[in-house]
Amino acid sequence: MIYFDNSATTQADASVLETYTKVSQSIWGNPSSLHNFGEKADKLLSQSRQQIADILGVKKHEIFFTSGGTEGDNWVIKGTAIAKRDFGKHLITTQIEHPAVINTMQQLEQLGYEVTYLPVDKSGRVSADDVAAAIRPDTILVSVMAVNNEVGSIQPLDEIGAVLADYPKIHFHVDAVQAVGKGLWDLVLNPRVDFATFSGHKFHAPRGTGFIYMKAGKKIAPLMSGGGQESNLRSGTENVPAIAAMAKALRIVTTNEQSKNQQEQAVRKIIIEHIKDQPNITIFSGMDEHFAPHILTFAIAGVRGETIVHAFEEQDIYISTTSACSSKKEQVSGTLMAMHTPEKLATSAVRVSLDATNTIAEAQAFNRAFDSIYAGFGKIMTK
Amino acid sequence: MEYTEIMVRYGELSTKGKNIKDFINRLGSNTMRALHDFPEVHVYPKRDRMHVVLNGTDPEPIMKRLKLIFGIQTFSPVVQLRKEIDAVYAAAIEMMQEQVKPGMTFKVSTKRSDKEFSMDTNAINREVGSAVYEAFPDLTVDVKNPDIEILVDVRQNGIFISCETIKGAGGFPVGTAGKGMMMLSGGIDSPVAAYLGMKRGVDMEMIHFFSPPYTTEQALAKSKQLTEVLSQSVGAIKFIQIPFTEIQETIKEKVPEGYLMTVQRRLMLRLSVAMAEKRGGMAIFNGEALGQVASQTMESMMAINDVTTMPVIRPVVSMDKTEIIKVAEEIGTFDLSIMPFEDCCTIFAPPSPKTRPNLEKARQFEELIDVEGLMERALAATKIVTIKPGENYLNPDEDIFAELL
Repeated sequence: MIYFDNSATTQADASVLETYTKVSQSIWGNPSSLHNFGEKADKLLSQSRQQIADILGVKKHEIFFTSGGTEGDNWVIKGTAIAKRDFGKHLITTQIEHPAVINTMQQLEQLGYEVTYLPVDKSGRVSADDVAAAIRPDTILVSVMAVNNEVGSIQPLDEIGAVLADYPKIHFHVDAVQAVGKGLWDLVLNPRVDFATFSGHKFHAPRGTGFIYMKAGKKIAPLMSGGGQESNLRSGTENVPAIAAMAKALRIVTTNEQSKNQQEQAVRKIIIEHIKDQPNITIFSGMDEHFAPHILTFAIAGVRGETIVHAFEEQDIYISTTSACSSKKEQVSGTLMAMHTPEKLATSAVRVSLDATNTIAEAQAFNRAFDSIYAGFGKIMTK
Repeated sequence: MEYTEIMVRYGELSTKGKNIKDFINRLGSNTMRALHDFPEVHVYPKRDRMHVVLNGTDPEPIMKRLKLIFGIQTFSPVVQLRKEIDAVYAAAIEMMQEQVKPGMTFKVSTKRSDKEFSMDTNAINREVGSAVYEAFPDLTVDVKNPDIEILVDVRQNGIFISCETIKGAGGFPVGTAGKGMMMLSGGIDSPVAAYLGMKRGVDMEMIHFFSPPYTTEQALAKSKQLTEVLSQSVGAIKFIQIPFTEIQETIKEKVPEGYLMTVQRRLMLRLSVAMAEKRGGMAIFNGEALGQVASQTMESMMAINDVTTMPVIRPVVSMDKTEIIKVAEEIGTFDLSIMPFEDCCTIFAPPSPKTRPNLEKARQFEELIDVEGLMERALAATKIVTIKPGENYLNPDEDIFAELL
């Protein structure tokens, strides 16, 4: 099997699962329990938090554990909307956000909030000038993703941060789910960023775990009320085995991060070089520094994306239409539409998303499969 | 810029007349102890300054430690150059590069112990100054109160230059004032009091009362961890844990409620004094601040202090709580202190202790218990451990966890 769908999810690392198992078997107390056994779990939780904070270069009390990226996005956005509703009801985001952001924003619109969805250019990047122009006296949040999940474009978070430097009260949130281990820490956690959302299973941790960074001094309302865990901001008994496993996964993914990115970049390049000159191919992901190293989105004109996905699957190669979350619905890629891609071409888009464990040999095997698939579609491709 | 040594300036001890030699030697040995895990580093305590020669060791961790050592007023990372004035220009400019911000002022101060050197002090000041000024036209000279002082020291074995002066912890080298016993509860005040005492040169030993099962292992671990933080300034601190359960239970049983606290405190002080006498301590230190709680009124101090003539020193006695917290945050004890574990001062605390206890009554009520026997058993079961920087008491599984993570 060749797995090229790492933006959908990644395989949990074996040593990470080993941590999960060991903690589940031996440190399974409730961190809130008063006794020693609970205390031990609490200490492991604390040390996991410290390790994640150290890797990110932030403070321990700025890390809050969640169930994943969707919860993190929902929490920061709705939590801001609730906490700052007396200051304003206007939020700014982009047209290319993940549904966890877009649909949360739409829910807030139904509750009387106003949302500005900023456009992107044809390479899938929002402009800081547009952010500046959209700011109003009642703006309470700007939410921009770090790396777009559908085409891999990297958003100008530093420039947006510079714009927002003049508006210290606006919460600046970054959905960093696709940005972990991609050599983008300075951008993702630039000094103006107040919140960032992370998801464990995108970097080889178990499903159902994630965390947000919340800058010290910033406040959002909790969505989960209850027993007071996570500084009373996210109640629910802590998933200690998964959190410890995630801390380990983050350590592994950020070790030799640069050479891992080079590996992804090299694999991606072999595929791009092979397909880019084919007459019916459109590539949406650039090779320049504005694109993440692990995502390659392209279309074969005239062939539906899902048909391409299944054709590769026949050859034991796993890719996706533009995002796993929307791929089972009859829905065109929001990002590609925002990039003003013709709708017909957008329906033909597929995404190859890599991981540092992918090899050059796999890229070459992909290329051979591509050749036969491409030739097979000869009759239906739009000439 | 590769620094070759750290030059340390002495603080108040420069004014200490003929004791100066003891002070310098003590600071030297304290510094060596604090840097013992850097075998390449050599410490040379000289009469006017101390030289910490790096021999290739990274200066950052060394400077981090030096910042904590009492008796150091300021220190500067220094580069040793060959004895050519051009090298001084180049090094000065390179060093300034890392520091200059628009609108800053500077001056050059030269010391020349090698009188053979071709340029005199004034000429070096002038020429280095103008070389720097040429490289950074935004700078202005201010000889009285400069933002940056470039120090040039012309010695026999080279020219030493630095332009960064880092503030040390000040105070006196620990040990120069003799030994004291600190009554460390684990709250916010007592670690600050210990720190302030140590800053005046006191070789402090920590006394901690614990009352299992009324107080937890975690409360004991917390006090040890606080001691670990304080040990960073001195290399090691003795931690004396005195069991207090039997005493507390007996007092609770025999003494009227209003005097529980006063009699308990009298026993704590008696035990501390006994320990001091045994170990060569000359004073008891505690974290009492006047008026904070019931035990800390002057009447209460009198009723407790009655048990000894040994000096009881209260370094934070006149500080506001906010001032104490500020110091606690600076020295890194605050976050530990506020961890919510019961200590033996809070258990059996009566709902309304006497804020103005009567000395005579305190003495009478104390006679209801067998002071001597209780003290003997407590002292016999006392444990003494040495606590060193980097030890982890709150999370003893840290290394096991690190394997998992």
